Amino acid sequence: MASVPTVLGAPAERREGLEKVTGTARYAAEQPRPGRLFARPVPAAIARGRVTGVETAAALAVPGVRAVLTHENAPRLVEPDDATLAVLQDARVPHRGWFVALVVADTAEAARAGAAAVRVAYDAEDHDVTLTAAHPASYVPEEVGGGYPARAEHGEPEEVFGSSAVRVDVAYRVPPLHNHPMEPHASTAHWDGERLTVHTSSQGSTVVRATLAQLFGLPEERITVVAEHVGGGFGSKGTPRPDVVLAVMATRHTGRPVTVALPRRMLPAVVGHRAPTLHRIRLGAAPDGSLTSVLHEVTTHTSRVKEFVEQAAMPARVMYAAPHSRTLHRVVPLDVPSPSWMRAPGEAPGMYALESAMDELAGELGIDPVELRVLNEPDREPDSGKPFSSRHLVECLREGARRFGWSRRDPRPGSHREGPLLVGSGVAAATYPVQVSPSTAEARALPDGGFLVRVNATDIGTGARTVLAQVAADALGAPLDRVRIEVGSSDLPSAPLAGGSSGTASWGWSVHEACTRLTERLAVHAGPLPGDGISAHADTTGTADTDSPWARHAFGAHFAEVAVDTVTGEVRVRRLLGVYAAGHILNARTARSQFVGAMTMGLGMALTEGSTMDAAFGDFTEADLAAYHVPAHADVPEIEAHWIDEHDPHLNPMGSKGIGEIGIVGTPAAIGNAVHHATGSRLRELPLTPDRVLTALREGRTRGR
Amino acid sequence: MGSHEDRDGDTAPRRYSDTTLRVNGKPHTLSVDHRRVLLDVLREDLDLWGAKKGCDHGQCGACTVLVDGRRLNSCLLLAVALDGCEVTTVEGLAGDGEELHPLQRAFLDRDAFQCGYCTPGQICSALGAITEAAAGHPSRVTDPAAPSGEPVRLDKGEIRERLSGNLCRCGAYPRIVEAVEDVIP
Repeated sequence: MASVPTVLGAPAERREGLEKVTGTARYAAEQPRPGRLFARPVPAAIARGRVTGVETAAALAVPGVRAVLTHENAPRLVEPDDATLAVLQDARVPHRGWFVALVVADTAEAARAGAAAVRVAYDAEDHDVTLTAAHPASYVPEEVGGGYPARAEHGEPEEVFGSSAVRVDVAYRVPPLHNHPMEPHASTAHWDGERLTVHTSSQGSTVVRATLAQLFGLPEERITVVAEHVGGGFGSKGTPRPDVVLAVMATRHTGRPVTVALPRRMLPAVVGHRAPTLHRIRLGAAPDGSLTSVLHEVTTHTSRVKEFVEQAAMPARVMYAAPHSRTLHRVVPLDVPSPSWMRAPGEAPGMYALESAMDELAGELGIDPVELRVLNEPDREPDSGKPFSSRHLVECLREGARRFGWSRRDPRPGSHREGPLLVGSGVAAATYPVQVSPSTAEARALPDGGFLVRVNATDIGTGARTVLAQVAADALGAPLDRVRIEVGSSDLPSAPLAGGSSGTASWGWSVHEACTRLTERLAVHAGPLPGDGISAHADTTGTADTDSPWARHAFGAHFAEVAVDTVTGEVRVRRLLGVYAAGHILNARTARSQFVGAMTMGLGMALTEGSTMDAAFGDFTEADLAAYHVPAHADVPEIEAHWIDEHDPHLNPMGSKGIGEIGIVGTPAAIGNAVHHATGSRLRELPLTPDRVLTALREGRTRGR
Repeated sequence: MGSHEDRDGDTAPRRYSDTTLRVNGKPHTLSVDHRRVLLDVLREDLDLWGAKKGCDHGQCGACTVLVDGRRLNSCLLLAVALDGCEVTTVEGLAGDGEELHPLQRAFLDRDAFQCGYCTPGQICSALGAITEAAAGHPSRVTDPAAPSGEPVRLDKGEIRERLSGNLCRCGAYPRIVEAVEDVIP
C-alpha cells in the first residue's frame, strides 16, 4: 500500500499476503534440505504405567527406517522446567498418547510404516481420568494460570448470599477443548557444523531457543530458531512442544536434517488442551437488581506431569460490583494429557458461566439483561480496588444494543416462532486483561531513505508484521512503504511470544522506543548516512513490566440471534455482533479479522466443539477434525465487529489493548442465552448439540412451560 | 506406466512405479512410492508447497487442488493412481504474465485469511465450486425447483455450503465468502 496519511489505525494490507495467497509462504515442515529425514512418534497405548520393553527390530527392518529412539537410547536432556518436554527420558507413561518412541526414516511413508512396526510392552496401572466436582483428590492450588491467587474473598459471601432477596445458584460445565490450529505442530532441525537451526511452528522463537539451549546444554548463540510463518496457534504453540525436542534429538542422533510433523490425531495428547471446567455460581441480588454477593467456584483437572490450572473464576474479580464475593479454583490431578493455554484461558469458560448466570438472574429479577449489567457497573476493579485505566463496557452494551436492534426484542422466552423454528436473541459481556512483557527491538535508517526494523515478533496470523510497521512508521514520521520489517527469527532482537493478547503491545512498545531514539539520533546527525545506516536499539525491561496502579482490561459486548429447530434440535446462529473497547485499534482491517475470528471460535465453543475424556481408555474420543467439530463455512453467518476507540494514556505508547482473545470470551454465553430466549430451556453444559437441545425441549414440554 | 523391481528381489511386491503427472502445465515423470499421496508428491518431490497438510485424512481441505479440473483432497489420492492426470495447484492459478489470479487478488483485498495455512485450499476449492455451479451441479441448499443442469447462481448461502469442506480455524469465513462473490462472473 502506498503511504497512508494516518498510519496508526489505518487498514493497511497484510505484508505477507502475497506469499500466503500464492502458496509461497513456507511453514515449519516445508524446509527441504538435502538428506532430510522424517520422524514419526509412537504414542503410548495405555493411560498409566510403565514401558517394560520396546521391540524395534521389525521397525528397523522397514526399508528406509534409519533409527528408532526410545527412552533407552535417546539423547539425555537436562531436566526441563516444563515436564511435558522430558520426552523419551524414562519408562514412565503418565497418560495415553505420551510419546514412547520416535521412528526416523528417509520418507514420511517409511516413518509411518516403521512406527506401526514398533512393539511396545507395558506394565499398565489403574487409571483415573474422570473429573468430578466432589473428587477426593481435589485441592486448592497456590496459584492459577497467569500467576493469580487461586482464591479471593471479600466480606461474607455465603451469609449474604443466603439472605439475599433474589438468588441464582447454578452449575455450568465446559468440556475439554482443543486448539487445533490448521497447521499441525511441526519442527525441522539441522546442524551446520556446530550451529543448530530449527524451523518450528511456534508463537515465540526466543523462548524456544532458550528452552533448547537449556535442554541440550548448548549456548544460545549457537542456536537459531525460525518461525517465519505459523499456521495458527491459539495458545497451543505458546511454549515449545515435544515436536521441537524430538526434532533436535533426532538430528543429533542421525546427523541429518529431520522434520517432525505431528499427525493431527496426536495433537490433543501432547500440545495442551483447554481443561474441562465445572462451575458453581451463586449470585445474590436485591430486588432492584444490584448484586449483593457473587460466588464463582471452579473445579478443573490437571495432569500428573505438571500443574496447570485454568483460571476460570478470574473474570468475576473484574466484572461486577458486589460487596461480598468469593472466587475459588480447585484442581484434580488425573491421568490425563497436560492441559495448557487455549485462546482466552480462564476468561472464555469463566465468562460463559458468569454471563449465563447473569442472564438467569435477569430473568429472576424481570430486568433486561443489558440493564442488569449496566446497573452493576463498578467504580473500581472489585477485587483489587484499583481504578480502571479505561472501562467502556456500558458504552459497548449500549452501542451493541442499538446496532443489534435489542429494543425490538420481546423479552418473553419462546415468544418468537417461525414454523418449526424458535428464534431468540441473547447478550453477554466480555473482558480480557491487558498484558505486556518487556521486549527489545532495533531500528535502522538506511542511506536510501528507507528504514529497517528488526524484532523477533511472531506473526501467527494476527498481522504482526503489518501492525509493527505501522507503529514504526508512526514513530519515525515516515511513509509506511519506506519501513521494512523483519520478524520470526531468534537471531533478531529478542522478544516475547505472541500470546495473552500481548504481542502488539510488547513488541510495539520496543519498536516505538527504538524508532523514537532513531529519530532523535537522525535529528542531530549531519551529512549523509554511513553505508550501513544509523541504528538505535530499545529494551523495555523496567518500563513495560512495571506494576501499574491501574486496573487495565479490554471490555466488550456480544449479541447473538439464533434459530432452534424443534424437530432436529439444531441451533443455527443467524447473527453475531460484537462491540469492543480495546484501546486504540492499530489496524482496522486486521483487527476486525481477529475479532470476527475469535467470535467464530466462540461460536464453535457454544455449538459444536467438545471433547470427551473416555473413562475406560483415558483418551480424548474427539481427537481429529472429523470428530472434533470446529465451525465450518456453513455454520458461520454474517458476523459484525465494531469498536469504540478508547484514549487510554495508561497502557503503552500506542494506547492499545490486546484484541486477539476477547472475541471468544462473551460469544458462548450470548449464544446460550439466545437459545434460552428462543426456547425457554436453559442448557448448562456446552456444546449445545442437537441431542442436548432436543432433550431440553422435551423436558420443557413435560414441565408444561 | 513403468515399474521398478523391489530391492529385495523379483518375487517381492513392487513398491515404486513410474507415474506421469502434468502439474501446472508441466509434465513430470516420477518414480513414485505406491504409498505416497499426491499431496506429498507435490510438496516433497516437486517443491510445490502451496497445498498444505492440515490433517492428512481428508477432514480439513487444506490440501485441495484441482485434478483434471475437479477439486479434490490431494491427501487422499494415491499418486500412482493418477498417471496422466492434469493437476493445478495454487502456484499454477495465475495466467501467463499475471502475478495473481483474480481470486487471489480478492483474498488480499478482503483480508480473507489470517495465518494463511488454509488459504491455498480455500482458493482452489472455491474455483472448483464455481466450475461446478456453472456446470449445474446442485448443492444441499440449491432450490430443488431450479431447472436441472442449468448454472446455479452462487449466493452467500451456496458459497458457504459448497466451501464447507475447507476449514479455517482463524475464522476468516465471512471474508472468504465475500472474496468468492467478488469473482463470480
